[in-house]
Amino acid sequence: MSPSIRFLILAACALATAGAALAMPSVGLGPRQPTNWSAITTFIFFVGATLWMTRLATVRSRSSADLYSPGGGISGFQNGLAIAGDYMSAASFLGISGLVFVSGFDGLIFSVGWLVGWPVITFLMAERLRNLGKFTFADVAAYRFAQRPVRTFAAFGSLVVVLFYLTAQMVGAGQLVKILFGLEYAYAVIMVGIVMMMYVLLGGMTSTTWVMINKAVFLLAGTTLMALAVMFHAGFNPEALFARASDLHVLKDALMAPGGLIKDPVSAISVGMALMFGTAGLPHILMRFFTVANAREARKSVAWATLWIGYFYVLTFIIGFGAIVSLIGNPGPYFVGGKVAGGLQGGANMAAVHLASALGGDLFLGFISAVAFTTILAVVAGLTLSGASAVSHDLYATVWRKGNARASDERRISKLTAFSLGVVAVILGIVFEHENVAFLVMLAFSIACSANFPVLFMAVLWKDCTTRGATVGGFLGLATAVVLTLLSPVVWESALHNPVGSAPFPYASPAIVSMPLAFVAIWLLSLLDRSPQAARERLLFQDQLIRSETGIGHVAVRPHQ
Amino acid sequence: MQKQAASCGHIRENPRFLALVRKRNRFAFFLAALIVMAYFSYILVLAFSPHWLALPLFGGMATNTGVLFGLAIIVLTVVLTAVYVRRANREFDADTTEIRRQALK
Repeated sequence: MSPSIRFLILAACALATAGAALAMPSVGLGPRQPTNWSAITTFIFFVGATLWMTRLATVRSRSSADLYSPGGGISGFQNGLAIAGDYMSAASFLGISGLVFVSGFDGLIFSVGWLVGWPVITFLMAERLRNLGKFTFADVAAYRFAQRPVRTFAAFGSLVVVLFYLTAQMVGAGQLVKILFGLEYAYAVIMVGIVMMMYVLLGGMTSTTWVMINKAVFLLAGTTLMALAVMFHAGFNPEALFARASDLHVLKDALMAPGGLIKDPVSAISVGMALMFGTAGLPHILMRFFTVANAREARKSVAWATLWIGYFYVLTFIIGFGAIVSLIGNPGPYFVGGKVAGGLQGGANMAAVHLASALGGDLFLGFISAVAFTTILAVVAGLTLSGASAVSHDLYATVWRKGNARASDERRISKLTAFSLGVVAVILGIVFEHENVAFLVMLAFSIACSANFPVLFMAVLWKDCTTRGATVGGFLGLATAVVLTLLSPVVWESALHNPVGSAPFPYASPAIVSMPLAFVAIWLLSLLDRSPQAARERLLFQDQLIRSETGIGHVAVRPHQ
Repeated sequence: MQKQAASCGHIRENPRFLALVRKRNRFAFFLAALIVMAYFSYILVLAFSPHWLALPLFGGMATNTGVLFGLAIIVLTVVLTAVYVRRANREFDADTTEIRRQALK
């Protein structure tokens, strides 16, 4: 299929969604916005522009290796923007500003927590990962271990994390389309799912790096504008902003104090662990370290990413407070029934979107919505890509076909996985409609820090780690994290509608149990592993160390280019 | 591939390589420990003594210790990253280049 035909299909899908959205009759009594033409026009213009750039990038990169790790000749600065683009998801933008809007100070815990994982990656992991890895983080974990068990684990770890992460993006996108187009939530999520799958399957996958860079620039520009407008109204005095927000908010002085969202000490520590260490276990982020030329560029790219992400989180905090002041100060157009008590139209995740309308009218609303939507689209593309390559590259080609898979079959499996992930994410997106998207992403981090992170960390840094320890320990961490999440209030009570207080695991995140469990299990099982295989793997650590520290051998080991 | 293995053997005994690994690891783990301690002191205060984070900076102000502490950690993150990258770019990269040159000659 030629690129221009692909683009036409993409454009047709976008228009079909818009058209269907407008034609869709009102179903049920849920709060719906009247159709906002000028916002929708701006929205379609910017989303269309992004798709156009995707098409241009698709033409540029064609080879099979590009499917997994595009480019290879990307500079540290560019890759830093791409990493930031991958990381600054809808959850960060809509979720943190929404958290601040509802619980004030507790939003800052998420901002800080999601940033502090980055230096740990910079200091201990990024360069080593670059020197050891190829396409997926499983390559790193499997350097000296038996391929099949480790890759099986890595594929499952990636898939679960990707699915939780995708769900959060679906919720954000669904609510956005719901309020922008005036559409029932379930239809909105299905529409979004269709557009996303078209985007990923028909072109997005080969060019995510360029999409990420574009998207990061758009998002940083849009949020900078918003934060500047908020600060302008507050006379560039943060104290005035905080004071006015506390005056207006129902929490009053408690708005600035901890406790709005995280109420007990165990949850605070557990969420803290998940936020910090989860980043180092996100498959779609880890993949980005392999797209640069050498360890030096990998280091630079993480450093740039840290700077952009830190800046962005300060902005989301300001935007959250700006939303309190602007929206609660003038509740008429933004709250259900025009009253604060009715709740924000479309839910608290939409605080930033409503703020855009309050600050800059319909055009700015359309622009910010488009930025949020393309952000979601790009993050979904990156997530789906990493989930799909976990299945096609790790499970299918290496584990099942033992390295003898045909490239065309691998591609087919990868597209099939992408499609299945999309369907499941739509269903989960509908189930989790009323959750804060930042909170949902935190759950993905809980799983990442309990499964992928311990295995990766121990495999790279601990010489006595063995296949048995890494695989069994990793699966134990993964299973514990998933089961405890299902038994925690957000799933057990909110999504499954059991009575409040009945959740068997009463804390916000499983990380405090599952992450130490994974580490201890890897450590203990590796020590107890006396097999000849284990002895060989311990010997291989020296070679792994040399390659991870110097990069010698990296190019030689690349099989197909 | 055999040439590869032979050069790996050389590197393993190269004192310069061992010194680089030792000093880079010491530096990296020290910086990582700093940020982990800073962040978890924040989280532990949040867990066990949250009212410490709700103290106004000056009488009657809305801006409090918690906001300042949080911003300080964000700034610390960026500063420590800059410190690491600066030393790595100047010192560790030069060492690595030299070790690679010796190994591959």
